[in-house]
Parts: sequence; C-alpha cells; structure tokens
Amino acid sequence: MSEKTTFWLDGAEIPFTAGQTLLEAARRAGHYIPHLCWHPDYKPHGSCKLCTVKVDGRFVSACTTLAQAGAHVENRTAELDDMRRTLLQLLFVEGNHFCPSCEKSGQCLLQATAYELGMMSPHFDHFFPNRPVDASHPEVMLDFNRCILCSLCEQAAKRDGKFTFVMGGRGMRGRRVILNSESGRLADTDFSSTDHAAHVCPVGVILKKRVGFAVPYGQRRYDQAPVSLLDVAEAIK
Amino acid sequence: MTEKDIIDTILTKHGREGTRLLQILREVQEALGWLSPPAITAIARGIGWPRAKVEATAAFYSFFHLRPRGKYCLLWSDNIIDRMQGSRELMHRLCEKLWLEPGRLSEDGLVFVHTTSDIGMGDQGPALLINYRVATAMTPERVDAMAELIRAQTPLAEWPAEWFAVADNVRKAGPLLSSFTPGSALRAALARGAEAQLAEIGASRLRGRGGAGFPTQRKWQACREAPLKEGQTRIVICNADEGEPGTFKDRLLLTRYADLVFEGMTIAAYVLGARKGFLYLRGEYRYLLEALDAKLDERRRAGLLGHAILGVADFDFDIEIHLGAGAYVCGEESALIESLEGKPGRPRVRPPFPVTHGYLEQPTIVNNVETFACVTRIAEHGAEWFARLGTPQSTGTKLFSVSGDVVRPGIYEYPFGTTVAEVLEAAGVAQCVQGVQVSGASGTTLTGDELSRRLCFEDVPTAGALMVFDCRRDMFEAARNFAHFFAHESCGFCTPCRVGTQVVARLMDKLAAGHGSQYDIQELSKLSRLMKNASHCGLGQTACNPIVDTLAKFRPAYERRLMTLDFVPAFDLDAELSQARQMTRRDDEAAHLFTAQG
Ligand SMILES: Cc1cc2nc3c(=O)[nH]c(=O)nc-3n(C[C@H](O)[C@H](O)[C@H](O)COP(=O)(O)O)c2cc1C
Ligand code: SF4
Ligand code: SF4
Ligand code: FES
Repeated sequence: MSEKTTFWLDGAEIPFTAGQTLLEAARRAGHYIPHLCWHPDYKPHGSCKLCTVKVDGRFVSACTTLAQAGAHVENRTAELDDMRRTLLQLLFVEGNHFCPSCEKSGQCLLQATAYELGMMSPHFDHFFPNRPVDASHPEVMLDFNRCILCSLCEQAAKRDGKFTFVMGGRGMRGRRVILNSESGRLADTDFSSTDHAAHVCPVGVILKKRVGFAVPYGQRRYDQAPVSLLDVAEAIK
Repeated sequence: MTEKDIIDTILTKHGREGTRLLQILREVQEALGWLSPPAITAIARGIGWPRAKVEATAAFYSFFHLRPRGKYCLLWSDNIIDRMQGSRELMHRLCEKLWLEPGRLSEDGLVFVHTTSDIGMGDQGPALLINYRVATAMTPERVDAMAELIRAQTPLAEWPAEWFAVADNVRKAGPLLSSFTPGSALRAALARGAEAQLAEIGASRLRGRGGAGFPTQRKWQACREAPLKEGQTRIVICNADEGEPGTFKDRLLLTRYADLVFEGMTIAAYVLGARKGFLYLRGEYRYLLEALDAKLDERRRAGLLGHAILGVADFDFDIEIHLGAGAYVCGEESALIESLEGKPGRPRVRPPFPVTHGYLEQPTIVNNVETFACVTRIAEHGAEWFARLGTPQSTGTKLFSVSGDVVRPGIYEYPFGTTVAEVLEAAGVAQCVQGVQVSGASGTTLTGDELSRRLCFEDVPTAGALMVFDCRRDMFEAARNFAHFFAHESCGFCTPCRVGTQVVARLMDKLAAGHGSQYDIQELSKLSRLMKNASHCGLGQTACNPIVDTLAKFRPAYERRLMTLDFVPAFDLDAELSQARQMTRRDDEAAHLFTAQG
C-alpha cells in the first residue's frame, strides 16, 4: 500500500480506498458534494447531475466516477455551482413545488439543496404539469407533483424484493414512476408502509398519512443546519 | 380467437423470453390495435416479469400505444426537410378532409393523424408511416385519395401499392456499392485466420461509420480480450437504428447490400469467437423485415450462418433481427443494448463499457451498418487497398445521404476527404447554398462560404448526412425543428437533457412567435453549455449543436425576430441582474445583458 491513494478536491487532499467514488471519498473526508439522486444505501443512479464536478478539466458525475490517485477535482467553484443552480431551477419548474404548503418542507433534500446553493427563484417559466395524486392506500399517499425522478423508491422497493415502483416512460412528459398494478393505484400493489420505499423519497412524494406537521416548520431537519453540514456529519458518524 | 389466445400464441412464438419484449409488444399491438391494461398484465405474466416493468418499456417507445389509436394511424415524418417539401401543409390538408385535429383520435375512434421524428426518407418526401408502413412522395392528390380510402374504411392492402414504394436513389456508387459474391469475403477471412483478419482491419485503419469514428480494430480487440464467464458468449450487434435526421444510407445498404452487412457481422463473429448476433433495425424500417429474414435464411442454407459455418468445426454463429419502436436514443449503443434486453432505451452508466459488459453482461461489440459493409470489403480486397482510399486519418469511402435543396437527392459514395462542394455539385444545386447541415441534427452547420471544407475526421466529421438549404430557407427554422426533435427524443433520465431540451424548444418557439429578446438568446447559450457539459449521454451533449452553430453563423436569422433589438424596455434588465451577479460572485461579460441601454 505504498501507492499514493489521495486525490485533490478544491485544493484539499482527500484519501480514498480502491473502488470508492469521488462522492463517497469526499463525504467521508468531510467535504460536501451536492447530490439529489444519490443515497448511501443504494447503487448510484447518476441522473440528477447535481454532483457534477470537473476532473482534470472534464465534467463527470461524482457519484458514479471512481476516485483516481492524484486527480485534481473541482467542486464548489463558481462555474459548477452556477450549473447546479440551473439544474435545480430546471427541477423546480419541471414539477409543481409549492413549498409553503408542502408537508416535506424543512426536510426536503431538493429544498435544502436549493438553499445551500443560494437559488433565489425558479428563473424559468413553469411547466405546470398535470400529475396525479394517489390517495388510494390507507396509510401512505403519493403526490407525484414533487417527483424528481431519482429512482430511490424503485431501488428501495427492490431491497424488499418488490417492484412497487418502476421508472418508465420517456422524456419530460413521459418519464414517471410506474406502479405495479393494472389499475395503476398504490392500494392495488403489494406495498406496505413498513417497506424501505416508504421512507426513502428525498422530496414530498411518498408521505405517511395522518402524521402531517407532527414537527412544526422551523424545527425540522434542515431548519437546524444546512444540508452541507448535515450530509457530511452523517458520513463521519 | 380471443384476445387471450392471440397474446398466448405470440408469447409462445417468442419463447416467453423477456428479451423479446419489444417484439411481443409490437405483434400484440399489430393484432389488437393497442396495448390495453389487461394485455400488459397478460404479457407480464407470460414472460414472468413484474407488470410495472412491462409497462415501463411499453411507455418508453413512441410506437407503442397504451391508449386506442384507431384503425388508421398516420404519422408524418417531421424533419425540416419533410417540412420544406410541404409535409405540414399535406398533414393539415388530410386533417381538414377528415375533420380532425393532429394528435387527437377522431370522435368515431377511426383515425389518428400526427407527426413523428424523421423516418429516413429525406430523398423522397414528404413521407409518412401509415399503420407503421412507409409511404413516400406524397402529393395533394394522393392525400385527397387517402382521405377517401379512410372514409370508406378500405383495408390497407387495397391501397395503391405505388404509395408504398421506396426508391434507392443511388446517384454515385463506388467500391463499397459494387457487386459482391456472398461468402467470398468470409472465405478470405477464414484463410487468413482470426488474428490476421483482426490485424488486417487494424492495418486498414477503419473507423466506425456511426458518427464517432472510433477505430474498429481497437473495439474488437478489447472485446476479444474480455474474459468470459461460464455460459457466456461474445455478441456482435449491428446498429441499424439510423435515427439521425437526414440520414438514410443504412436503409440502402440493408435494401440492396444486406449480404455485405451480414457477412461483415459473420467475419466479426469469427474474429471474436462470438456465437450470437443481432441486427437492431429501427421500427420505421419495419417494411424491410421480411426481406432481411429471407436473406438470413438464404445465408443459412448456403452454410454462411448457423452451425459449423463453411465447414469450420465450432464456428457457430447466427443473427436475430430485433425491431425498435420509435426511439432515436436507442441508436446510442448502451441504450440499444438495454432495448435488446426488453427494457426502456436508457443509456447506461459507463464504465463498464459494452466491450466487457454488454448484452446480458456479455462482451459485446456494436458497430454501424456501413462499418460492417466496410469490414467485408477489407476482408475481400485487403487492408492496403482500403487504406489507399480516403485520407490518412479517414480511410475508405463514405456513403452520403444528400437531401434538401438539391436536384438529385439520394446516396453518394465518395472517398473521405471529398469537399462538400464536390458532393453538392454532383447533387446539383439550383440556387445559391445558404447552409448545409452535416451529420444530422446533432452535427455541424456550415455556411455557403464553407463548402470547400472536407468531409473527414480531420475536418468536418460525419456519419453521412448532408441536408442542403438554399437562400430561400430560414436557418432559424431548421434549428427550431431540431430543438423539438431532441425534446421529443430525450430519454428523460438526466435532468439537463430531460428538462433542458424542453426549455430550449420553448425558448425557440418564443423567438419564432416574435416575443423574444437578447436575453432569451443568452439563455439559449447558457442552457447549451449546461447540457453539453452535464448531460449523461451524447444526445443531451450534442442537442444544442445546431443552436450554437446557427447562433454563431446565422445570427441575423435570430435577430430579425427579436422585439427588443432596439426596443428600450421599461426597466433595465441588466441592472435587475446585479443581485444575481453579487450572489454568484460574477461580473464577467456573460453575467451582463447588453440591451439598448447597456
Ligand atoms: C443519441 C445517439 C444516437 C446514435 N444513433 C446511432 C445510429 O442510429 N446508428 C449508429 O450506427 N450509431 C449511432 N450512435 C453511435 C453509437 O452509440 C455507436 O457509437 C456506434 O453504433 C458505433 O458504431 P461504429 O463504431 O461502427 O460507428 C448514436 C449515438 C448517440 C449518442
Ligand atoms: S417518488 Fe420520490 S423516491 Fe421515487 S423517484 Fe420520485 S422523488 Fe425519487
Ligand atoms: S442526455 Fe438525454 S438521452 Fe442521454 S441519458 Fe440524459 S436524458 Fe437520456
Ligand atoms: S447525485 Fe450524482 S447524479 Fe445525482
């Protein structure tokens, strides 16, 4: 193990072990790389592109790119954070995100990341898509207006050996979470509120019924500290 | 037969294999008209997949319908070239005659008329798909007759056969498009031996014809060296998705020179030790399926496919044809492989690359149709002969699909390095040339002053399309058409492309409507940069090429449309941005708007 196993992230030296991605190694070392579709328990998806960094001049996704010894990685530069703000804005106008009335507000990764990056407005015209709300299940409701297509629900369901949620369709107007029942309703799938998928959604799509606003606004997860601090604190824990 | 029996027969025919899902869905739809929820459930049960996965695939492809589509489904090819030939007017004429709106099923559920991405008939448009059969060279007279046939509910089989004729339009043939004796190249390869044949391809310096120009020998070498696991084989895939607007040369190869293509695949199988091959044929070319299957049978009978090919023990290889179902992104090799596996055509995260982990995790090569045809010629005539053609870094000849404002649209074979002007001279341009779109919507836009540029990887790289625009045309409209194409074809996996292509298309529409300003042009530039840098695959990375090029080279076409070029807005936009600049800690030129005041 005499070989040098560190890379450079915005000038800081980051140690890593073989097979670690840039994002994992950076996080372990206490450095935050913004991310939405990545989750420590699941295989990286590589779709949101918030984790885009520049490695020796080339843009890559930090969540899917393996760390290489000696690489120079740019992360929180003006150029990259600018790109990330635009990506966030695209996500906000793609769906229907009315934060002030959303049960997830304050614990939403999308919202917290937008605060972190200083996104002040959605900037682009909204698309106002017509997306369904599914309240068929007795314990859990689905509000797809907020879906960011991260696929975490699909992966979490698989962990329980289920195919409740599957990513399908094409393009902005077609791509969606498809439910595993002929009716297309959650109640007609084998979903249970104790599944991993019930708790994984980073935004406010998959919500437990009848526990709304148990923690008041102002005292929620990202009201305590910004996502950049909480994210790495969780990694080092 | 009941619906259930029909579905069951189709499932049985395909061995209830999930990898055959696209073929199953297409055949069920051909039999039942659409894919109803119970049909999806039955198919899922039949192949033993979760229902949601079957629906995910069905919902991905443009040619699958989860809602009724009527007895007649007419989809007009909507590339800019078709539009220049009058496709829009013809579509609206048809709609008027039938009293309907594009994109909406008629009240009686009989007919559906809409547009579809370029169907590869740019040399003989306006063209359309009638119940997924190609019809070409449409005229107002034909459209009027068509409306009558639909109203009378005449079965398609009784429609005039000449409407469905597809012309070859070979205008200039070279050594690639010349006569060929099936088996001769394969015999030459066998005589050389696998290793020597691979070296021959290396010495020919053959580069892929699908666009990126990757050295073929290197791809094959990597696949050949990739370790095999128990029960695996190497896989040879021919990419006949040909979805790039303005391209139709693979169609010609498959129509007239299928032996060259299949023989190239078989030579690849010999070199790699592959036992399985696929031809991934775009759904638009469905009409070629029967003839291609017959060709495969012919080759099997001649001992050129199947068991112990040409008597060589252990040389077993066969080719299966998979039809796509209307998705440009499936031309991207890893999306193509996903599609072959029965899934939505979503580009994979790489590495691993297909050469080590391709079809069902097996080492796989994907090459363009024309690349395989070149392989056959190299095996036949040798590397030296091939490398003498073309330029040092782009050896051989190239097929060009020429369409638009030329007298003789069609296929031209020229050595790499030929100038654009030379090709256009052969094709005949009646008027002055304003612009040429090289290599399709994702390619390069040239101005009329750049016709001395050479078509080769050293200068203007190309997969072969040349779309010609004369001085009457509006280059902004070409760019806007391409923007809508990409918005329609984005797979939707990654944020920058999924949403970016839509915002770009909307901005182009805003400019077209005369509501735009310099600010919108800056927005286009910003989104172009983001999509190029952050998109997951080549589709999103190149989607803004025509916008970047036309903005640089045909700026007046944009500025003519701006309402604010010398209009002074009520408030100062640039000043409004001071806060944003402060926030982003930027004060560079791109962070400023230069309005009349600024
Ligand atoms: C969005 C997209 C569409 C593509 N479409 C095609 C296609 O229709 N035909 C093709 O041969 N290559 C296409 N390609 C390139 C393929 O990914 C791949 O590079 C090519 O088939 C390799 O063959 P070659 O080395 O023989 O050129 C496409 C790539 C992208 C990103
Ligand atoms: S429902 Fe939630 S977890 Fe599932 S894809 Fe949408 S945002 Fe991600
Ligand atoms: S760039 Fe576009 S086509 Fe490619 S993966 Fe992303 S969304 Fe899909
Ligand atoms: S976190 Fe890497 S792409 Fe989403």
